[in-house]
This record gives sequence, C-alpha cells and structure tokens, in this order.
Amino acid sequence: MNELLKAHLSRWLGNGRRYDGRMLDVFRPVSVELGVTKNAEGSSRVRIGDTEVMAGVKLAVESPYPDTPKDGNLMVNVELLPLSSPDFEAGPPSEEAIEIARVVDRGIREAKTLDTKKLCIQEGEKVWAVMIDICTINSDGNLLDAAALAAVAALQDTRFPEYTGTSVNYKKLTDKRLPLVRAPISVTVFKLGDFLFVDPSVEEESIFDARLTVALTRDGKICAMQKGGSASLSIDEVGRMVDLAALKASELAGYLQGSNKLK
Amino acid sequence: MGYDKRVDGRRPDETRPIVAKAGIIKRADGSAMFRIGDTVAYAAVYGPRDLFPKFLQDPQRGILRCRYNMMPFSGAGDRVKPGGSRRSKEISMVTETALLPILNLEDFPNAVVDVFVELPQTDAGTRCAGICAAAIALADAGLSMKDLVAAVSVGKVDKMVVVDLNYAEESYENGDVADVPVAFIPRTGQLSLLQMDGLIDKESLKKALELGRQACSRIYDVQKAALKERFASAALVNGNNGAHGPVNGKGDSE
Repeated sequence: MNELLKAHLSRWLGNGRRYDGRMLDVFRPVSVELGVTKNAEGSSRVRIGDTEVMAGVKLAVESPYPDTPKDGNLMVNVELLPLSSPDFEAGPPSEEAIEIARVVDRGIREAKTLDTKKLCIQEGEKVWAVMIDICTINSDGNLLDAAALAAVAALQDTRFPEYTGTSVNYKKLTDKRLPLVRAPISVTVFKLGDFLFVDPSVEEESIFDARLTVALTRDGKICAMQKGGSASLSIDEVGRMVDLAALKASELAGYLQGSNKLK
Repeated sequence: MGYDKRVDGRRPDETRPIVAKAGIIKRADGSAMFRIGDTVAYAAVYGPRDLFPKFLQDPQRGILRCRYNMMPFSGAGDRVKPGGSRRSKEISMVTETALLPILNLEDFPNAVVDVFVELPQTDAGTRCAGICAAAIALADAGLSMKDLVAAVSVGKVDKMVVVDLNYAEESYENGDVADVPVAFIPRTGQLSLLQMDGLIDKESLKKALELGRQACSRIYDVQKAALKERFASAALVNGNNGAHGPVNGKGDSE
C-alpha cells in the first residue's frame, strides 16, 4: 500500500506538481496569530494549511543551572495531543514529540534568540525561566516548521508578570518584554527519489526518503540542523536542501509581526 | 454586606457568554469548541475504531474512553505540568460517565470511541465546558445518540445561589462557597454528572439544581445551533465533514 502511494506521489512530483496542486517549493497558506490564550504570558497560533499548533510561554522564577549561574533557563516542550491526529496516543512523549521539541529548542538556543544574561535576577540564586509549550490542534503535515514558527511568535508576544522580589503575580502583566535578539526560522526540506519539496502533507510525510531541517537566522546563518529519514544524502543534495531552506526561511520570517522586534 | 452582587455583574441565574462551534479539527471524526466566559474547551472524537490491547474489548458493546487535559499554559498561575494528575484522571472518569447514558455503544461491539478534551484557557468550570464540547463533538462524529448532554456548575457564594461560578467566585473568601458541577440530559431532565465541594444547605442545593437544569436547557440550544450551523455549511462544501473520510480521515482536498 505504501509502495503504491509512493509511486503515485512520485509520479506527481515528476510533473513538478504535488498531489494538492502545489509546486514542489511552495508552502500552503501560513498564518500567525498572537495573544490567543489569556493565562499564558505570551501565546501564538500558527496555521500552515490545515495544520494548526498553539504555543504558550509561561515565566517563573527559578534557580539557575549550576554551570550557568548568570543565565536564565529555557525549556521547550511539544505535546502531540491525541486530539489532533488519529495517529497520536495519550501517554509519555513519543520520539517524534521529543525530536520536534529538541530541534525547536536548538534553533532558539543557538540563534541566541534570548539574551539569557538579562534574565538573571540574582546570580546563582534567582533567574527567570522561560517555558515554551507547543500543543498540536490539528496535525496535517509539517508540524516541525509550524512548531518552530509558533515558538518564536509566542516569545515575541510575551510580557513579564509582576515580580515582587519574593513571588510572581501572574494576574498582573507588566509592559516589559523578553530580551529578544535574533529569530531562528526552521524549514524542513524533504527528499523523495530525486525530488526535493517543502511543507509536506500527511501522505507525503509517510513516504519520503530523507529530510533535513535547517534553522536559519535572518542574516542567513545556519543555527541548527537535523537530518531524518532512512535514506542517506549526498553533499550536493545537502547543499541544495540548505539553499531551498534559506529561500523559504526568508519567506516565513515575514509572518513574524510581533511588536517585540527580532533581528 | 456579604455577596449580594456578582463580581462581573451577572444575574444569579445567568451564565457567562457562550460560544460553541462544531467541526474545528479536520483530522478528527468529530470535534467542537465550547467557550463559556474565559474558559475554552476543545473536544475531538476518534472512532468507533479498533481497540487495542485486545483484552480490553467488550464483545457486547463498544467502549467510551475520555481524556481531560489542561494545556501547560492554560492556567492562571504556574505552568501545568503535562502528563496528567490525580485531578485530571478523576475528571476524565466523570466525563465518561456523564456522556455514557446518551450513547448507543451496543451498536459497535469490540470497538472504542475516544474523546479527547483539551483546555487552552481556563477560568473555572472546565469539566462542564469539556462535557459540553464533547457532546457536540460526538454528534459531529455522526454517532447515533439518544440526546446531547449539557453541563454547568451551580452553587452558592455566601448567601447567593448562582449558576456558572467563575474563578473569582469559586475562591470567594468572606463566606461559604459551594461548587456543584452538574450535567443534564435535557430531554429527560436526568442528571449524568453531579459533584460538589464546599458547604451548602439542602434548600439551596435544590434551588441550585433547578437553576442548573434551566441553564443547561439554554446551553442545549447553543449546542444544537452549533451543530445546525456546522451541517448547513458542510452541505455547501459538498457534504464534506471530514468524518469517515478515506485514508487519514481527510476529506478536504479541495
């Protein structure tokens, strides 16, 4: 069955078109909404076609990690909710959920999106922890790119709650924004046979040979990568995949409209 | 003094504003959003589908499985740790028993119907909002049902018997508070969810339950309207409701 679907989709790709009529390098319509849930300090909803994810940022005052006493803490978590797909099950995070969370986390960490030094309240004692949770609402392909975009958008939307020095008052948000520096934009390029394409549907995700996620900063630096899939890639292919990712990343960056500007 | 005027100016028998929408999650067989005030619930239904492991199957009837979950960023205050808690387990269980009486599970032996309730934003009354959303989602999935279920919390804040307590009322400190989540099967007037915590006298409880029944009948109208709107718009796009579609339940390749 999978082989038949694969042959069928390959034939379409050979014509330069996807099953749904898109060209190989074209995303479905993208939208980014900010401030979509009230109790988070920042939130976003990203749609890519019928794929929909929500991201929320919660802030808390914690002790720093012993090896970074002057830096705030960052955590990225992805919940592949069983509500969003017949393929997801309740229970501990799957490999897929952990991979998405870690790749999104790496992009944000390595692009130095947050100036973590500015999240320090008292060296070695108290720092702000920034906790990003990404929940899938409808899983219709390309969750990773959607999750990465949602995470950055939610950070842009985030405002600090009032902090008295001993406790955090979540009921009162201040006007103070997160110390943001640079945005990472993740684009995953898929390979099937000799064809490269982006923003897969669920069917395309079930039959690809290899994929490469590339997170780029807006000045074109690569800040994180992850290869997936059972097939191997040539150096030449990696080069072409990175080029395509860079092209698409600059397009996706245009959807980040939050008032807390990022480089 | 005392609590004689509600914090948000509502009448004692008035719920917060309600919005309901069916068919919000395309991959699901049925889905709905139910919003009451600042509490928002999403529900998705998958099934009837095969149940594994096999020993859980019942050859006489299908099984209903509900999962209630708060998104990590949904609460006022600290992040809610994912992975479930004693509280979410119990609420999942009472959600199940609130919905069971309306389903004809004997229609699909050995199978399971999964109901997933997720809360992106909370301000008290989450289990009731979840049940309201789940009932719409079950109907949206096209399951044969005896009726919908409508749910709301009722109770008493100080001296006032009220419906649909918000968080400020639930945590009122200058007098007794009783919180009584109820679910009604509107056509029969029977209760399928009843819990209570706090302090209340017998007369007030009876009055609260009657107010709850009336509020649920208004919620029932909103639920039915959401379903009607869903199927009116589904008819426009070629009867395309995503349910029972081909592979992946995807009926949306326009």
